[in-house]
Amino acid sequence: MKRSNAPIFWGLFGAGGMLSALLGPMLVFITGIAVPLGLLLPRDLMSYPRMLVFAQHWAGKGFLFAVIALFIWHAAHRIFHSLHDVGIHTGTLAKLLCYGGALAVTLLALRSLLVIGF
Amino acid sequence: MSGRRPYVRSMNGWWRRDPFFVRYMIREATALIVAAYALVLLAGVLCLAQGEAAWNGWLAQMQRPVSIVLHVLMLAVMIYHTYSWFEIMPKTMPALFVGGKRVSAAAITMTGLAAAVAAAAATFAVAWMLRP
Repeated sequence: MKRSNAPIFWGLFGAGGMLSALLGPMLVFITGIAVPLGLLLPRDLMSYPRMLVFAQHWAGKGFLFAVIALFIWHAAHRIFHSLHDVGIHTGTLAKLLCYGGALAVTLLALRSLLVIGF
Repeated sequence: MSGRRPYVRSMNGWWRRDPFFVRYMIREATALIVAAYALVLLAGVLCLAQGEAAWNGWLAQMQRPVSIVLHVLMLAVMIYHTYSWFEIMPKTMPALFVGGKRVSAAAITMTGLAAAVAAAAATFAVAWMLRP
């Protein structure tokens, strides 16, 4: 019997959902509101040299990769399963677009983080 | 080919008929914002890999008023995502027993929301400690 690949996608969905539920709001606030406005946190927090050091450190690199990859896999899985609800009959193509898109984002993030170096 | 044209009931607006379904659809739609934010961060990482000029370009985009407004909206949706994630947690996780008694749905939701508040505080604390 062919084993289902659903648990993998479900697992990524769950991990991404949990991570985005725990960290998503504060990350949006910090990167999208606080730092750009210099509100509560200084704008220099995300200056080029500081972000470079952050992204070159294994912990910062791993954090950025985990957030981008898990957020996008969570969203891809949820969007894929919601297509039916908005009257779109899904098939292999829809699955390829949703999960393929998430894979593309994951690989792009991975490549950039490797280019940034250690 | 037969001339049959089977009746297919329209799906238009099915979810607007019941507040429960409306909440369900809003919950599912938060995924669009989670995806959008992942793309914002991806753009940042792509720019960071290209060097200082590209990174400063990304920062300048983030400082535009339209970006700030969009991020305020994203923040609101993200907070709803957090709330709804833990609201359905009692249904998505296996039954939990403590001391032989099943943990109530409300307790699971409240624990999750408390963890989210703690995680947000910890994230801000890390950003605070990393500030120049």
